[in-house]
Amino acid sequence: MGDNLLSLILCTPLIGVLVLLFIPGTMKNAIRWWANISAVAGFLVSLPLIMNFDKSLDGYQFVERINWIPALGVQYLIGVDGISVLMVMLTTFMGMLAIFSSWDSINDKVKEYYAMFLLQQVGMIGVFISLDFMLFYVFWELVLVPMYFIIGVWGGPRKLYAAIKFFLYTLAGGVLMLLGIITLYLQHIAQTGVATFEITQLMNTQMPMWMEQLVFWSFFLGFAIKVPMFPFHTWLPDAHTEAPTAGSVILAAVLLKMGTYGFIRFSLPLLPNASADRTIVNVLVVLSLIGIIYGALVSLMQQDWKKLVAYSSVSHLGFCTLGIFALNEQGIAGSVIQQINHGISTGMLFLIVGVIYERRHTREIKEYGGLAHVMPNYAVVFAFAMLSSAGLPLLNGFIGEFTILQAAFQANMAWGAFAVTGVIFGAAYLLWLYQRTMLGEVTNEKNKGLKDLNWKEWVVFVPLMAWAIAIGVYPKPYFDILEKPVAAIVERVNGPKAPVNAAVIELKKTEAR
Amino acid sequence: MNFLELIWLIPFVPLIGAGIMLLFGRGMPKQLVSLISPGAVGISFVLSLGAFVQLMGLEERRHEVVLGPWIEFLKADWGFLLDPLSGVMIMVVTGISFLIHIYSIGYMGHEHGPRHGGFYRFFGYLNLFVFFMLMLVLANNYVLLFVGWEGVGLCSYLLIGFYFHKKSAGDAGKKAFIVNRIGDAGFILGMFLLFKLTGSLNFGEVSAALTSGNFPVEAAGWGILSTTALLLFVGATGKSAQIPLYVWLPDAMEGPTPVSALIHAATMVTAGVYMVARSNALFALTPDASTVVAVVGAATAIFAASIGLVQNDIKRVLAYSTVSQLGYMFLAAGVGAYWVAIFHLFTHAFFKALLFLGSGSVIHAMSGEQDMRRMGGLKDKIPITFRVMFIGSLAIAGIPGLAGFFSKDEILWQTWSSPLGSHLLYVVGLATAAMTAFYMWRLMFMTFYGEGRMDEKTKHHIHESPAVMTVPLMILAAGSAVGGWIGVPKVFGENGFFQAFEHWLEPVFEPAAKVMATHGEHHPSHAVELGLMALSVCIAIGGILLARHIYLALKEDQRPTGGALYPVLLNKWYVDELYDILFINGLSKGGGTVLAAFDRSTIDGAVNGTAWTTRMVSKISMWYDTWIVDGLVNLSAFFVRAASYPMRFLHTGWVQSYALIFVAGVLAIFGFYWWGR
Repeated sequence: MGDNLLSLILCTPLIGVLVLLFIPGTMKNAIRWWANISAVAGFLVSLPLIMNFDKSLDGYQFVERINWIPALGVQYLIGVDGISVLMVMLTTFMGMLAIFSSWDSINDKVKEYYAMFLLQQVGMIGVFISLDFMLFYVFWELVLVPMYFIIGVWGGPRKLYAAIKFFLYTLAGGVLMLLGIITLYLQHIAQTGVATFEITQLMNTQMPMWMEQLVFWSFFLGFAIKVPMFPFHTWLPDAHTEAPTAGSVILAAVLLKMGTYGFIRFSLPLLPNASADRTIVNVLVVLSLIGIIYGALVSLMQQDWKKLVAYSSVSHLGFCTLGIFALNEQGIAGSVIQQINHGISTGMLFLIVGVIYERRHTREIKEYGGLAHVMPNYAVVFAFAMLSSAGLPLLNGFIGEFTILQAAFQANMAWGAFAVTGVIFGAAYLLWLYQRTMLGEVTNEKNKGLKDLNWKEWVVFVPLMAWAIAIGVYPKPYFDILEKPVAAIVERVNGPKAPVNAAVIELKKTEAR
Repeated sequence: MNFLELIWLIPFVPLIGAGIMLLFGRGMPKQLVSLISPGAVGISFVLSLGAFVQLMGLEERRHEVVLGPWIEFLKADWGFLLDPLSGVMIMVVTGISFLIHIYSIGYMGHEHGPRHGGFYRFFGYLNLFVFFMLMLVLANNYVLLFVGWEGVGLCSYLLIGFYFHKKSAGDAGKKAFIVNRIGDAGFILGMFLLFKLTGSLNFGEVSAALTSGNFPVEAAGWGILSTTALLLFVGATGKSAQIPLYVWLPDAMEGPTPVSALIHAATMVTAGVYMVARSNALFALTPDASTVVAVVGAATAIFAASIGLVQNDIKRVLAYSTVSQLGYMFLAAGVGAYWVAIFHLFTHAFFKALLFLGSGSVIHAMSGEQDMRRMGGLKDKIPITFRVMFIGSLAIAGIPGLAGFFSKDEILWQTWSSPLGSHLLYVVGLATAAMTAFYMWRLMFMTFYGEGRMDEKTKHHIHESPAVMTVPLMILAAGSAVGGWIGVPKVFGENGFFQAFEHWLEPVFEPAAKVMATHGEHHPSHAVELGLMALSVCIAIGGILLARHIYLALKEDQRPTGGALYPVLLNKWYVDELYDILFINGLSKGGGTVLAAFDRSTIDGAVNGTAWTTRMVSKISMWYDTWIVDGLVNLSAFFVRAASYPMRFLHTGWVQSYALIFVAGVLAIFGFYWWGR
């Protein structure tokens, strides 16, 4: 098992899907049980990964390599470093909770739903472990399909609009990214004569600055749409609002992180010159800062509970991209930690909306008020999630936010000064939401008889709360595991650079071959 | 027992108490809650006392305990520091907290049932507050201090909003949290700058770096150190309710009265003063930033006191009084007299906690009434409350012998005599002292003297509070009476006991003292000091007598109206309204609305526009495809058909005619060649 651990992690949900297909669609509970067993198994098999991961080593671990399309140099090449280990753990863990949270809420086309969800797990894990760019791309696009159906089939009233918007928007980004990948690939062939998509090899490719920048922008479009960065974010509120709860959770917790992960894994190491280019850095940082403040302000004025949380994601992900483009160790490490934190906090906030939506089938904030009287436990959990999201010290959000702020400040004081306002607004929109929904008297008759959290809901919340506290109180393991890979990336971007090979062969020649 | 090694337990015992309350408290009988929660704080008090005594025996008067790493790159450990300053703070925090916990058993006794969340929730929050407050004062680095800093803010939010069914309570809690966050933003940036300068956020290391000689005093003008100090001070203005961020504190009176006493008078709001004192090595290097601190402190002191003159809600008077007294503390810190700032913090903790708890006892007796216009004549009905508040009011007014006199007078004296002080600031401080005496005694006369102005039902119900409430009041009254004697002015002779407070804190403020020494001390004569002291005593007595004249001797219609100034003061200089317009409705909600509309129309509009364009293009394409492309195909087919029309007559399908044409064709070709040749 040791040698093929990653493949096993990748295939466990897939096996789950295959078996699921043989369970008759009418046996809903059997399907639910099986899907949950698969998801739990998916998490359990990923545990040895983090336990056996040696954080003192450079480079990738648990590497597996099989030739896939030899003619094009495409390989099934997977492996992990500290960054991807954390992302894989986040995926398997959040996937497990999201699947469990769907138990009561999904009653229609149950089999298809769980099949899509498990398939999505495969895609996301694949994205985080691929070391071959083409393989990465395949998984990247694979993720789109299940999410498209999850939104489009099990979503809210405007589900088709949201699903199509999500699909086309992210697909467009993906295709543009593919152009960049192919450019890089051809350039590599032109230089070395070797056809490969292996990223460690592509790192040796040398490009003139204009070409590197072009490739950077093509990657940027793919990743920025996924994150999403301002101004490419508008698919997100729609997708989140219309998606079923578990879909929103996984979308926020994991799917968006594919974009930030892409920046860290591909843009920075493969295009170090472009990534360190002043103009590019300034543009990305400014977009991040706009995202932080803009997302928070827009969030403040939302009338729809779920949309409010969705816009808060724009703000939080702004911190993540800001950390990345601070281009120092703390920034990138903080960014990865903040990605996990956002998964936990925003995941919880979406689950909280889900709990009330289950009971009342409306997300209008003004429908609520005084819920703390009827649902005291729910109010406590919500308060916890709110504080975790707002970055209260000793909870997870603080560690990421504070580290990123510090890193941004270190890179440029003005960045830190602007970003810190996000801390104020972050508290404002959440507290106001909390006040409008939870505090005051119960004004709406329909809210009087609402039931507090049931045990299934507790099962989902408790692990997330425990994780939030664990990160907040003792973040050292996360910083430790990130130390090596982050240092390598920062060195590559900021370190001394080999001069660009003068004998760059032009693209036309390669096409001629 | 080595208490010094156990200092980390001082905060953690109340945390355990909070955990028990919040997790299991709902089903507990009140007696058990009343035992566990105050008991936890009591244990902390004993641990603090033990540690304090052992600290006195240490040569170095400094002990650090590091439990483990937290955020390593900032050198922020789970580290606890006990030195004279944190020693004083833990004694104040655990001591006052313990008394207020006891008092709350009586005061909150009426809270029951899930409807108002109840007793256990209150004590859970209160324990949690004590945990964070002790983290704040025991942390050995800025980041862990910030944990406590944010944590007490959270507890303040929870406790202000304790009666969460009231909208005003929810509003006030939210306001406190957000205004504090604005200060925190400054504090965070200040920490980053400090880290950039010194490479650490550990108090010892920061202080060592700043005093190493690498950082000269920024006397010539504004520099990076001044900016750093100012940013930290912005944080302090949020937490300690100074101009311009004081607005949350008066509203915070929505919380239960013990909370006002503990959090919004004696402990949390002094955190900013503590932080500035803790950073004295930095502030000492920046005379400019120190001046800002002094000016803001003095301005806040007189501004808040002016509002306090006319308020009618008993708790609001005390709230503005607190803001004003905190201003005094910053004034002291700003002129470099850090130990005096802490001294006033110490005495203020006694008399302000006393006054708040006393007002709680009044409100308790008045069946919840807080408006002083409907009080009066309570002197004989609640005699214990009256007596203790009498002492407290004399203390805050600065009557010689009581605690407030020593600390306030020392502040005024230092403002006059310090190289960083000025006579103008002194005058502001003196005027504030007059106002303080006036508004406090206005409160006393309106509440306890004269005729009762309450309705019959309330009047009938008036009763003295139970012993569980009055005993803490008496202990605090004793503290307010004698607590100042450890800081007697040197002009009355030097003595180890009478100047104990200053000497005790000396090691902490050594960095500042060194710098202050370079400013060159000028010693005004003892006669001046005694003269000024006499002046401030006269001013205090004058304030009391004026209040007595207006509110006791004069009838209501004879009282001076205050003219145009009165509504301005009553409406708190309209600052809340201004902030509402500018920041709440303007910047936040206005900006948010505009941006939300922008997001919907422009950005998403662009996306949808792209979709629309794509659809239109595809429609045109479809039309083009149908009519042009396919049209061409069809047209060519049509032409072919049209062209073939004549031919059709030939294509008859009869083999004979084909044969005929064939033969004719052959003949024709043959003929062509024949004749053509």
